[in-house]
Amino acid sequence: MRAVLIYTTAEGQNMGDNAINNHVEKNMSQTIISIQGLDKTYSNGFSALKDVSLEVAEGEILALLGPNGAGKTTLIGSICGLVSPSSGVVEVGGFDIHKNARKARSMIGLVPQEIALEIFSTVWDTVRFSRGLFGCKADDAYIETLLKSLSLWDKKDNTIVSLSGGMKRRVMIAKALSHQPKVLFLDEPTAGVDVALRKDMWEVVDKLRKTGVTIILTTHYIEEAEEMADRIAVIRKGEILLVEEKEALLQRFGQKQVHLHLTAELTQMPSALEESDLELSADKKTITYTYDVMSKRTGITSLIAELAKNNVHIRDIDTRKSSLEEVFLSLVEEQKS
Amino acid sequence: MNKTAIKAIYRSEMKRFFRTIAQSMFSPVLSTVLYFVVFGAAIGSRIESVEGIAYGAFIVPGLVMLAVLQQSISNAAFGIYFPKFTGTIYELFSAPINFVEIIIGYVGAAATKSLIVAAVILITATFFVDIKIAHPLWAFAFLVLTALSFSLLGFIIGIWAKNFEQLQIIPMLVVTPLVFLGGAFYSANMLPGIWQIVVKFNPVLYLISGFRWSFFNVADVPVMISLIAISLFLFICIAIIGWIFKTGWRLRE
Ligand SMILES: Nc1ncnc2c1ncn2[C@@H]1O[C@H](COP(=O)(O)OP(=O)(O)OP(=O)(O)O)[C@@H](O)[C@H]1O
Ligand SMILES: [Mg+2]
Repeated sequence: MRAVLIYTTAEGQNMGDNAINNHVEKNMSQTIISIQGLDKTYSNGFSALKDVSLEVAEGEILALLGPNGAGKTTLIGSICGLVSPSSGVVEVGGFDIHKNARKARSMIGLVPQEIALEIFSTVWDTVRFSRGLFGCKADDAYIETLLKSLSLWDKKDNTIVSLSGGMKRRVMIAKALSHQPKVLFLDEPTAGVDVALRKDMWEVVDKLRKTGVTIILTTHYIEEAEEMADRIAVIRKGEILLVEEKEALLQRFGQKQVHLHLTAELTQMPSALEESDLELSADKKTITYTYDVMSKRTGITSLIAELAKNNVHIRDIDTRKSSLEEVFLSLVEEQKS
Repeated sequence: MNKTAIKAIYRSEMKRFFRTIAQSMFSPVLSTVLYFVVFGAAIGSRIESVEGIAYGAFIVPGLVMLAVLQQSISNAAFGIYFPKFTGTIYELFSAPINFVEIIIGYVGAAATKSLIVAAVILITATFFVDIKIAHPLWAFAFLVLTALSFSLLGFIIGIWAKNFEQLQIIPMLVVTPLVFLGGAFYSANMLPGIWQIVVKFNPVLYLISGFRWSFFNVADVPVMISLIAISLFLFICIAIIGWIFKTGWRLRE
């Protein structure tokens, strides 16, 4: 993204770098969304959310991670007013979403999973319309900045029908940000978006993060959660399996691998090492050792010592942390069994 | 009251109307012209006058009402069905607005559109016949009340409809026959015995009668009864809509 996003909160002040830092620091632990005992049973009897409780801190980016049909969209819909929850309490910025719907909703911007736009309207009109719908005075200067920051400015007079899919998705984001919400929901912001544009989207999210907007996003791409989120909630079959800081999650479930690249083929594994968890590659030139990051003794020293004793020469070493993808899969598998 | 939101909805609806103004106007004006040619000139030349009014002029109020009814229903039905169909309705649900505001925006726009069409048809009619409106204020009041209540009806149909067929079935199967049987092209007094009673059950008769009275001072039913009937209809529509929004029927999961 080329232009810099200058984002202002609903109160209207322009936030410079310092202001941003203060803002983030001040509110670091302040809860902006609080969900308690949320249940949703659809009219066909299907129970899509089961006793979901979750707190989101102001300024953080939370990724909702889960397989198809896990209930991510239902959860977002329940908070944003698209789905009527069967029971439970949801508060946004301290306002109950039913008793104080107007105030709660003014704080929220929503980008739904499916692109839905009035195709014969222009970009400019549709974004202005959204701002009006949220009860905000027209502010063409702000909308100009917004469109520029999303690389949509040169398309402002185009009708929606003449835009590409990725541009349409950005128009959806522009609409969601048109009223300067404090909380932004992105339901699969990068579905059907090519790699370059996905990177663009990450940048947009990153810029928004710097302005102190709280973001809740859903994704199937684990690398995306890894890239963007501060915290990750894993949801499956309507239940939240866990919510944790991304780093902690990676640590807790993370495994590390060390690859030892040998100078010559290893025909026979040294007898002292035969018992251990080593893997020899097909070309017999790489040994892979997998170990747990959290364990006190990883056993790397003795492994290398043993190899040296047997005159196995190491040309190179590299290590690799398991990605969130693997963490996620192992977690979901674990729950299944 | 989120007035900004009402304005936003109203404006975007009107914008769509003016974007397709040619299509929006062409069909009602064309059918009015056809009615004049067929009923006014061809048949009208054989009917001298109805209750002392030249037949060509006599049918004008009915033609205007026919257009207002059809336009109100289809504009409002389409106005709310379209966001449902394309999915853009998500924005209405997530915005800090209540249903009263949504209705004012959509129904207000739909009623405005049909009033514009009514005006254009009246102007078209002056090319064919001489018309004088005896009670212009009453005429306007009847038009506005009719446009509003049938836009509300259209709004209900738009929410109820699950597909385009359903969207069109009520205007076609119910409204058009009611207008034709409601005395658009004749006076109820011209009907044979029993039918005079049957047509009294047709709500549209009261509209056309009242509207015609405001033009020519002649009516099938007393004008006050017409006013009560249309107000009652308006009230029923508001009650149904109130219930829909309270229960979220066909709107929200
Ligand atoms: N209107 C509905 N009526 C009945 N069941 C529904 C309805 N909407 C969703 N569901 C069911 O609720 C469950 C959760 O759906 P939801 O859309 O929240 O999943 P998701 O996590 O967003 O999935 P995806 O990753 O595919 O978008 C699914 O099993 C789905 O079939
Ligand atoms: Mg989903």
